[in-house]
Amino acid sequence: MNTRSQTQCFHCGEPCTGHTTRLGDKIFCCAGCRSVYSILDNSGLCAYYRFNPNAGNTLASPVKKDKYDFLTDPKIEQQLLNYRDDSGTQASFYIPQIHCSSCLYLLENLHRVNAGVISCNINFPKKQATIHFNHHELPLNELVALLAALGYEPYISLSDLDKKKPPAAKKILYQLGVAGFCFGNIMLLSFPEYLGLQGDDPLLKDAFHYIALVLALPVLLFSAQPFFMAAWKSIRQGLFSIDVPVALAIALTFGRSVYELYAGTSGGYFDSMTGIVFFMLAGRVLQQKTYRALSFERDYTAYFPVSVTRISNGEASPVSLPGVKVNDTLRIHHGELIAADGILTRGKAMIDYSFVTGESMPVTKEMGEIVYAGGRQTGSSIEILTIKEVAQSYLTALWDKSAPGKKEMPEKDLVNVLNRYFSGIVLLLAVGGAAYWSFYDTYRSWNVLTTVLIVACPCALLLSSSFTNANIMRILARNKLYLRNAATIEKIAATDHIIFDKTGTLTGSGQQALQFIGAPLSQKNRHLVAALAAQSLHPLSKAIALHLGADDRYQVKGFAEEPGKGIEGFVNGELVQLGAPPVSVQQAVTTHGTQVHVSVENRYLGYFNFHQHFRDSLEGMLNGLFNRFRLSVLSGDTGHEEPKLHKIFKHQAKLLFRQQPHDKMNYIRQLQESGERVMMIGDGLNDAAALQQADTGIAVSEGNHYFTPASDAILDAESLKLLPRFIALCKANSRIILASFVLSLLYNIAGLYFALQGILMPLAAAILMPASSLSILLLTYGSSSLVARKLRLSGMDTGNGLRD
Amino acid sequence: MSVILILLLASLGVALFFLAAFIWSIRSGQMDDDYSPSRRILFDDAPTEDLNKKPTVL
Repeated sequence: MNTRSQTQCFHCGEPCTGHTTRLGDKIFCCAGCRSVYSILDNSGLCAYYRFNPNAGNTLASPVKKDKYDFLTDPKIEQQLLNYRDDSGTQASFYIPQIHCSSCLYLLENLHRVNAGVISCNINFPKKQATIHFNHHELPLNELVALLAALGYEPYISLSDLDKKKPPAAKKILYQLGVAGFCFGNIMLLSFPEYLGLQGDDPLLKDAFHYIALVLALPVLLFSAQPFFMAAWKSIRQGLFSIDVPVALAIALTFGRSVYELYAGTSGGYFDSMTGIVFFMLAGRVLQQKTYRALSFERDYTAYFPVSVTRISNGEASPVSLPGVKVNDTLRIHHGELIAADGILTRGKAMIDYSFVTGESMPVTKEMGEIVYAGGRQTGSSIEILTIKEVAQSYLTALWDKSAPGKKEMPEKDLVNVLNRYFSGIVLLLAVGGAAYWSFYDTYRSWNVLTTVLIVACPCALLLSSSFTNANIMRILARNKLYLRNAATIEKIAATDHIIFDKTGTLTGSGQQALQFIGAPLSQKNRHLVAALAAQSLHPLSKAIALHLGADDRYQVKGFAEEPGKGIEGFVNGELVQLGAPPVSVQQAVTTHGTQVHVSVENRYLGYFNFHQHFRDSLEGMLNGLFNRFRLSVLSGDTGHEEPKLHKIFKHQAKLLFRQQPHDKMNYIRQLQESGERVMMIGDGLNDAAALQQADTGIAVSEGNHYFTPASDAILDAESLKLLPRFIALCKANSRIILASFVLSLLYNIAGLYFALQGILMPLAAAILMPASSLSILLLTYGSSSLVARKLRLSGMDTGNGLRD
Repeated sequence: MSVILILLLASLGVALFFLAAFIWSIRSGQMDDDYSPSRRILFDDAPTEDLNKKPTVL
């Protein structure tokens, strides 16, 4: 009989399977969620749920009580604090679970939950909480524990310890503001000239012109700095980058305007000069904003826990990771990552190396055996003697290794082609035209020189690619595909061959489907097995407990867990055993995947067979990929899922199993040598080298904590099904840029036609330039948003709030 | 007609004031987070403890 209820937990929205707890009339999936609710209720913060129903983060895995003791070490503490004095301390934390306005509400009202908190301020795009608290009442480790208890465990990593602050992007905002101010006011001043009104009062005219000059100065000296510096740098390298004509146009326009002002021939062209600067800066700000919202370059060191427990002279003390030296004895608790290579000196190691080999079955190590970093200990604590520090560990070596003979992606960037030719051609034209006309009409030749430089501005081309890239990256990020930079868009669009990793990419981690082989268990036995399984933290036991729905009613005595063999205990007086097959049946059973055998009172009842659960969305996604790309699957696992995979992939993919990390890398290299462009989708550190080798490496993540460095993009597991649409969008990107390219080229040709004849007034050139830029901008922005809408990718502005 | 000059300078002055305000706002970090303020204004204040206090009349 199915006793599973399909109600949702009031706090986190997860379905409550079997074991539920109540408080009043509300149902929760676990004690953790219930306790958060009661904290909020007691503090009068239930508006949390009003803003977004089920806004809570699920607390199904409870936090170890002394997990934050390492924060009591003053040296470690010091590195995390911003400021401390007698009255209070200020610290900033990165909290990746912040995702909606309810989180904002709760965290900013943290002072109502605990009086030790003075104030808490959230920076939503950065997911950063700056907390001002009274460290006498609430020490740092308790503050962090409080945050964790509410479901907002801060992510403390080594990169925090190094205090690498991202560069302030404020300067460009100042420059933009000043440019906009001056541009607007100069245009205002130039209004009479636009309308062709000739005032009688020469004094006024001069006054207007000189005010315009004064306004143009800050733009030239301050706002235009990025262009001048970039142009200077590129000239020093012997190249003419796109910034060179821009810088020249700005300088020349200014110079000419000053000259003409002085000579009294006209009012100068300050409006065009400031206009150039303003529009170009606006484009850059937009791109920067998009990029900053993706805090990407996570250090490799951010994957490891920030501190480990070191045993010296029988005393256990926390030590921050760089302080671990060879011959240190480290104690690794259950669930902790092993931070360095070492020899096992105490305890039985059951290490989950799923990040390294793809197998979630724990690897058993005996005393004296070498234990490699990167695995997670499951089971009781072990002690290891460090033989290699982190920097030289196996995993770092794997990651650091750049494949020999890896070829650099050829620079197909349109913009860089422009860099080399366009500017040179424009300069030639300008100088040539001016020289020609200097024989006939000096006035005209100056006209030609400046207007050619203004009109033939490739800034429209530059802007169009920046804006389109920025918009596309923004749309992709809304759909939870985070690109490292704009160059990745083209790389994705050029893909021929897609390779999937199996574990964690095609299969959902944690959710393992299981079935029971044997005579169906009686109700009583189900409860017995579930109660025993709930005692252990082993992932298989947890899955069984979840499947059967354990509840509290059954007492378990004499619980013993023997890593590698199984667990046993007396449930309600009956001996229940789960784990390896008893001797009597060992021969009859063939290993076909993961199995957990069940015995009650020494009577063998059968076994649970675990099938890795493939994501539901695979079929839909693959239908969009067949016939357009070649597909492969590489897995470090054994081949027992081969038939199932063949069915899912309709025999259109090449499947390879038992792949070690270097096998995957070699496979990709072979494909690349035969001319294919490869996209690799995987996860975890073991794929790091393969992801780097591939032309596009996409890391699939199910939570924000585990970034894979050196990947070109991060994809949230839920958005994997959108992959075909993402690729289509990226392909559209180059088409849109090409279209705007062509359009701006037409503008340029038309403009040059008139400019070279010397009949184009600088004013007209100046108006034409921003007008063309603006129209191209609208075109690119509009068409990329349109394409996204057609592909049914959400481009709606929901801020970063996913559930709003 | 030259009074227009004075008007011009005055309007420039006003505009300069706004530019200064803009720069100040960037300096004080208001542009760092453009998502939270829109939500924050919709949060309710904590209910006041003292119910005997008369509500202020605007």
